[in-house]
Amino acid sequence: MCELQLGEGCRTVPLSGHVGFDSLPDQLVNKSVNHGFCFNILCVGETGLGKSTLMDTLFNTKFEGDPASHSQPGVQLKSNTYDLQESNVNLKLTIVSTVGFGDQINKEDSYKPIVEFIDAQFEAYLQEELKIKRVLHNYHDTRIHACLYFIAPTGHSLKSLDLVTMKKLDSKVNIIPIIAKSDAISKSELTKFKIKITSELVSNGVQIYQFPTDDESVAEINGTMNAHLPFAVVGSTEELKIGNKMMKARQYPWGTVQVENEAHCDFVKLREMLIRVNMEDLREQTHTRHYELYRRCKLEEMGFKDTDPDSKPFSLQETYEAKRNEFLGELQKKEEAMRQMFVQRVKEKEAELKEAEKELHEKFDRLKKLHQDEKKKLEDKKKSLDDEVNAFKQRKTAAELLQSQAQQAGGSQTLKRDKERKK
Amino acid sequence: MVAMAPGDAADGGWAAVTPEHGSSLEPEECSMEPSAMPEEEMPPSVAPSPAGCQLFGYVGIEAVLDQMKIKTMKTGFEFNIMVVGQSGLGKSTMVNTLFKSKVSRKASQPSQEERIPKTVQLQSVTHVIEEKGVKMKLTVTDTPGFGDQINNENCWDPIIKYINEQYERYLREEILITRKRKIPDTRVHGCVYFIPPTGHWLRPLDLEFMRRLSKIVNVVPVIAKADTLTLEERAEFKQQIQADLKTHAISVYPQEDFDQDPDDRVLNDRIREKIPFAVVGADQEHQVNGKRVLGRKTKWGIIEVENPAHCEFPLLRDLLIRSHLQDLKDITHNVHYESYRVRRLNESNRPALSPLNGLPGKAEGSSDL
Repeated sequence: MCELQLGEGCRTVPLSGHVGFDSLPDQLVNKSVNHGFCFNILCVGETGLGKSTLMDTLFNTKFEGDPASHSQPGVQLKSNTYDLQESNVNLKLTIVSTVGFGDQINKEDSYKPIVEFIDAQFEAYLQEELKIKRVLHNYHDTRIHACLYFIAPTGHSLKSLDLVTMKKLDSKVNIIPIIAKSDAISKSELTKFKIKITSELVSNGVQIYQFPTDDESVAEINGTMNAHLPFAVVGSTEELKIGNKMMKARQYPWGTVQVENEAHCDFVKLREMLIRVNMEDLREQTHTRHYELYRRCKLEEMGFKDTDPDSKPFSLQETYEAKRNEFLGELQKKEEAMRQMFVQRVKEKEAELKEAEKELHEKFDRLKKLHQDEKKKLEDKKKSLDDEVNAFKQRKTAAELLQSQAQQAGGSQTLKRDKERKK
Repeated sequence: MVAMAPGDAADGGWAAVTPEHGSSLEPEECSMEPSAMPEEEMPPSVAPSPAGCQLFGYVGIEAVLDQMKIKTMKTGFEFNIMVVGQSGLGKSTMVNTLFKSKVSRKASQPSQEERIPKTVQLQSVTHVIEEKGVKMKLTVTDTPGFGDQINNENCWDPIIKYINEQYERYLREEILITRKRKIPDTRVHGCVYFIPPTGHWLRPLDLEFMRRLSKIVNVVPVIAKADTLTLEERAEFKQQIQADLKTHAISVYPQEDFDQDPDDRVLNDRIREKIPFAVVGADQEHQVNGKRVLGRKTKWGIIEVENPAHCEFPLLRDLLIRSHLQDLKDITHNVHYESYRVRRLNESNRPALSPLNGLPGKAEGSSDL
């Protein structure tokens, strides 16, 4: 299927000899090899579902990090970048894991940090793309190419947290749901579980990533793999001796689960699909579908639109200018409003203070008056007291005088009077 | 840049990817793609890890190269080449020889009378050619009338205008809100400039043209109709041209500034020593020693076009097609297009006020959009 856009007057011309441009794909690949690849995986799942172990198993290495506790206050994302090299391919692998997902009591906002993180990566790329002097070909692409959603092996159906989160993420990232720790489910339960999950996803309109079936070389295998979704995986980094080979397995008293045995779990399928067959397609889908959607929404939100063909180019520029002026105008208005408010508040405060001052004065006057009244009363009293004292003194002196007079001439008189009285 | 001989790519690279890898449970026994990878398989205990993690076994990351190849094969390639030079220097023949098919303008309009136009015109023809499953949409832009007038002042203006128009078209598509999945690329990836074989030095017209154009597009100068020069004359002419280019600070492809790593530099230095290539074009086949070869038959012998001892056409072909085609496109996209974009966005910016601090939420620093 040729995607070349053939314009008018474009015809196929036969070659009469070997020209040599069939080496073009190799030239392209060599350039990419020199440049290096990057791949970013986001692992979303509750704590303890084996996300880190699965990553270790998938990439055959030990990534650093300690298991998270269950007491996280909110959902956070932990991101680590590793440089892997295999033969001559350099891969810059970034693994982002959710920490504390599903641990809170109120999980309504659990999906928000994840969506914000994904958007932030798109935003960073968009900013770089919009710059005037940009270095896109050397840009370290941090956009998430694949999201592995870990489903807990309950055996019944999806949790509502899972549905809500996947619904929010399906338009932003390629979601590949996997059933974690699937050695807890028996085979019959597993088929029922898978059917239930797929039907729930379909009925809720969640679009998970479908492996591409339009290219003949991979259509067949991708088609069969699509039917096995979600993959039931078991992760293990321990190697046990089975038969006469060392292989990754988990040992139980009742048997050993071999990770790379297709009869035991779908790990091999996941590795095939994720890395060996569709890595490039995942990156392309992220760039051409999810990123373009984000970019379109973001630019429309900012107010840009594709104007009609005969308007000047760079309506981006003019719209931006207009928006900038508009924004400045708004800023000025806000400033005015704030200033008014400030003046108002100052006035009110002044009035209040004046009131208070007045009251204070009144109180002071009252007290002063009271004080004066009291003082006056006291003075009156003192005066009356003084008068009394004076009067008393006068009477005292008068009495003494009288007494002395009476004593002089009155001794006999009193006697006479007494005799007469006695007669 | 690894120069790939065509034979390597043909076989091996297309081994079916999945069944081979999918059934391997033993990492040790997995066979890797033979052709493109120079290394052997890694034993599981030893994995080179410069700064990152050690891989304990085969993961299959390199399968991404095959995925990429398949994808590019499906989408096909586009290549736009421009040939500039006076009439009669063999431009159309050269293009036909390069792509071994009748892709030039003359071939698509056989009935037109050949007249020198009064002004420089640009004519583009597009063809789709396919080789071993690789489809290429080739556009050849010819410039009849260049350098043919009596007064050739500013004869490069239409050409510069055309090149900038292609950049403009791409830029407009890129800036749209709802962009196409694959933006049609009409930008000129390489401009082959034909120098008449005077044997002395570059003429003022050549210098002016190359000076102006090497700033906006990859210019590959070639000495046309080199069968008129002897080998010594050819060597002398080349040295003179190289000196002239250096004096006037004209940087032709492969430009020194864009060498990416020491290997590239070594390879490109070897090419730079030989620039400009002395080429001969021919589209007729003759018998030489029992083989049919492309060449020009003269009374004193047959000049074989593909014989490196006779002319340097194989070198030009290898440079343009077999080894540096992708590089030409990359430099056009990453360097020339970007500098056009910067110029264009800056000039729309000048009537605006002095750059304020970025608004919250917009790109800071260099974004003066």
